[in-house]
Amino acid sequence: MKTLKARVLVFLTLWGVWLVLTAPWSVQEAAAGAVAAFLIAALPFFPSSPLEDLRLSPKALLYVVAYAFVFLKALVLSNLDVAFRVLHPKLPIAPGIVKVKTKLKTPLGRLLLANSITLTPGTITVETRGQDLYVHWIKVADADPVAATEAIVGDFEKYLEVICG
Amino acid sequence: MADAIFIAAVSLAALSLLLAGIRLAKGPWAIDRTVALDAMTIMASSLIVAFALLSGRRIYVDVALVYGLVGFAGVVALARYLEGGL
Amino acid sequence: MAAIIGASLSLVGSLFFLLSAIGLLRMPDAFNRMQAGTKATTLGSMLFLVGIGLMRPDFLGRALLLAGFIALTNPVSSNALARAAHGYRKRLGAKLAPDALAEDDEALAAAAVRDAAAGSQAPRVQEGRHVD
Repeated sequence: MKTLKARVLVFLTLWGVWLVLTAPWSVQEAAAGAVAAFLIAALPFFPSSPLEDLRLSPKALLYVVAYAFVFLKALVLSNLDVAFRVLHPKLPIAPGIVKVKTKLKTPLGRLLLANSITLTPGTITVETRGQDLYVHWIKVADADPVAATEAIVGDFEKYLEVICG
Repeated sequence: MADAIFIAAVSLAALSLLLAGIRLAKGPWAIDRTVALDAMTIMASSLIVAFALLSGRRIYVDVALVYGLVGFAGVVALARYLEGGL
Repeated sequence: MAAIIGASLSLVGSLFFLLSAIGLLRMPDAFNRMQAGTKATTLGSMLFLVGIGLMRPDFLGRALLLAGFIALTNPVSSNALARAAHGYRKRLGAKLAPDALAEDDEALAAAAVRDAAAGSQAPRVQEGRHVD
């Protein structure tokens, strides 16, 4: 059942990309793309896909949209932060690596969290080990894991928990 | 008007590609060069899309897509090699 | 009108490119260069490509596809680079005031040594990793 969901998602992703790439659509092209995407999604040796962990309830889809906005806001803020630090004549940095604990259990959730951390103000994920994420922080405000967790992952975790636990 | 602004944008992007190239040449370590290469890959694929617009040929957008893919694979491969796990 | 908005978006995007290039040149070590190199190029390329898409609507689909692809892959490649850089942190001269990862690595290595001394077959945790 779980692989069926992953297969459907893979089919939709592949066909969607195909439709975008063949932009002025014709029926024949769309059908050929659908057949090819179906053949790939129906492969007998289907590797276990992280897409299995995606939840598809209406609430989760709503949270995906909200998450996109939170992510874009964080991306813009992080760029303004980079601009400030790079253009400041004294380079106000005090880098360090702090440990952060996540509540997310699925690989997809941790992947998305690590990617989001990399694109938020002043932080880059260096390493993940189980539920520990090691984060390079350009200006360490708090080396204590609990406080650092609150400061770095607090925003994203509550969305990602609903989207992919 | 739009053309002039766009030419300025492309010139700035090309200038930043050049500046990142200085870091690629200076190093001092392989990691620094790879970081510069990573940034340059993104800038170059954006510039290829800009070239598609300026030359009016849509096929170059596909070139940019493939270049982005290959550049990503190349940077990850380099990083894994430097880490010693390739 | 859409053309002027698109061109202006591209201009803002290329300003972020310039910012990331300046960051690459000014920052003192590889980790901090990554901070500038990843974040600014991601937003910069998204704005640049969306701007081009607004100028030529028939490019918009592919430009958005490329922007989404960059937003997904750029953090992954910088994460791989950061892991590699952490193995070379002493040689790079990276100043890391608290370094939780190095502390945990040392704790793991010490535990492995203790287990080996106790005669048990300890699993090798740090397979194929440069630690200098």
